[in-house]
Amino acid sequence: MLEDKHNIKAWFYLAPAMVLLIIFTFYPIFNAFFLAFLRDFNYLQGTWEGFTFFENFGFVFRNPNFRDALTNTLIITFVSVPIAVIIALLVSVWLNSIVKFRGVFQTIFFLPYVTNAIAIGMAFAFLFNRNFGLVNTMLGWIGFSPINWVGLRATWGMAMIAFLVFTTWSSLAFRIMVFLSGLQNIDKQYYDAARVDSTRRYRIFRRITVPLLSPMIFYITITSFIGSFKTYTEVIGMFGERLGPPGNDRAMITMVALVYDALDRSGVTGALSEAAAAAIVLFGITLFFTLVNMQVSKKRVHY
Amino acid sequence: MAMSTQVVYGDEKQNRRKVILRQTILYTLLALFAIFVIIPFYWMIMTAIKEEADVFVSPPILWVNPLNWQFSNFALALERAPFARFMYNTVIVSMISTVGTIITTVFAAFAFARLNFVGRDILFMALIATMMIPGEMFVITNFLTVVELGWIREQTFTTALLAMTIPFMTSIFYIFFLRQTFKQIPNELYYAAKVDGTKDLQYLWKIMVPIAMPTIITITILNAMGTWNAYIWPRLVTQREEFRLVSNGLRNAFDDALGVTAYNEQMAAALLVTLPLLFVFLTLKKYIIRGVSRSGIKG
Repeated sequence: MLEDKHNIKAWFYLAPAMVLLIIFTFYPIFNAFFLAFLRDFNYLQGTWEGFTFFENFGFVFRNPNFRDALTNTLIITFVSVPIAVIIALLVSVWLNSIVKFRGVFQTIFFLPYVTNAIAIGMAFAFLFNRNFGLVNTMLGWIGFSPINWVGLRATWGMAMIAFLVFTTWSSLAFRIMVFLSGLQNIDKQYYDAARVDSTRRYRIFRRITVPLLSPMIFYITITSFIGSFKTYTEVIGMFGERLGPPGNDRAMITMVALVYDALDRSGVTGALSEAAAAAIVLFGITLFFTLVNMQVSKKRVHY
Repeated sequence: MAMSTQVVYGDEKQNRRKVILRQTILYTLLALFAIFVIIPFYWMIMTAIKEEADVFVSPPILWVNPLNWQFSNFALALERAPFARFMYNTVIVSMISTVGTIITTVFAAFAFARLNFVGRDILFMALIATMMIPGEMFVITNFLTVVELGWIREQTFTTALLAMTIPFMTSIFYIFFLRQTFKQIPNELYYAAKVDGTKDLQYLWKIMVPIAMPTIITITILNAMGTWNAYIWPRLVTQREEFRLVSNGLRNAFDDALGVTAYNEQMAAALLVTLPLLFVFLTLKKYIIRGVSRSGIKG
């Protein structure tokens, strides 16, 4: 048991962290809501014209890039998250069922976790180069003619496919790590029992592995959704700050980019309120899908 | 009797064939996936050591003879942008923010794990809840705050360092992570130390911190890696080119005025930024995996 109250002493220990958290985490959350409801806030002069409920959100929704940003963010999330979760699950089950070379494979599979998004994004851009990249060369071996993925005036569709390959590649490592540690914590008795009953492999996977791994699958799905809604640095890595192939600027814009676009205009009247409103919209979307995820998994997660 | 033995034998033979087939398929799939993972690294390395003329050849050259490896690309890449300076900045920022983070985290985790105070559980839940809020909510106000603190205008290296490190000198996730480790240390140790007249602060640094060292090492590595990869915040708060970090320098330095990219030099720089990370990963893999898988289990 812990002893009696240590109120003053406890706050002495908490103080350094709490001071920083209050200034750089809690206050900013409240201030974001405050800024989002100010009318014509000019931060250089510190002035505003009263409050407004919808005006700043109106700026966000009427931003010519808003539709593209929302579409891209949703596509990136709903395509790459399910694919990456399924691949990661399969690969970690495979990896868990071999003995020889397991360490080597494990090290290789974890490598993408420690890469710099800008450095590896640039490498992917060159992999997808039309004339000098490896992807078109390999596609050429099976009879495809060169595709303009990310080059001058590349279409949105091609750029998106290339980008999805990149984000899936870079997000797999973390998921495999988590699944693998989950698999290693499953009691071997379940598998021994299944073996005695000579249960089929697929059935073992469906009836033992997936249910026992479900807390991990749930955790990974939620964090992947949250992470995916925040996609931005990866876009800069692959396409640079123009956020799209040359000649098709901003084709790959995401929701987070709207926040930073507005923040870059911080001196302009209303820009900071627009940035705050965009961040709140992003938060709302994230919260909505997190709650949906939690509802869905309530029935399916076995603890 | 003889017949039944034969049947069992036949079954076993079939079984073994099945096992071998399954193993072959398994290793093939894993090898294919390994190739998929390695290709970007391979292409980065190959491009980084090619002569400029060999980069712009179609179909591309897949393998460069070791005798022709162009290590001069690395020197040229370093001349394109002040990378040595960027790396120096990154190391400094990383060290300051990591030391700060460890200190604040150790204290806070100790309070949550060891001390009993009014509102502890509510406060802890509130902290966990904020982990869900996207960072973009904080960035706007934090930018205004560092401006107010005078760390942006007429920026010196010192104020640039303050702007890049102070906002990140604590982390709810690390507090949570370290608290879990602290909680596993038996209470008896604490009472024994109390009887011996050890002060709390002494107990924390002399006993708890050494026991929790593996966790602290994990936090150090993850935090340093985070700084190495930071892009958005340093770009936002640094007012002069020479204060920026490696990721910032990397992106735009290699397009010439006509928009032609010197891919070999670009990839050489990318490789220089990637190598330290790979080195840290391969030497300290145990600690990184520990931190990551812990975060998953506790989710």
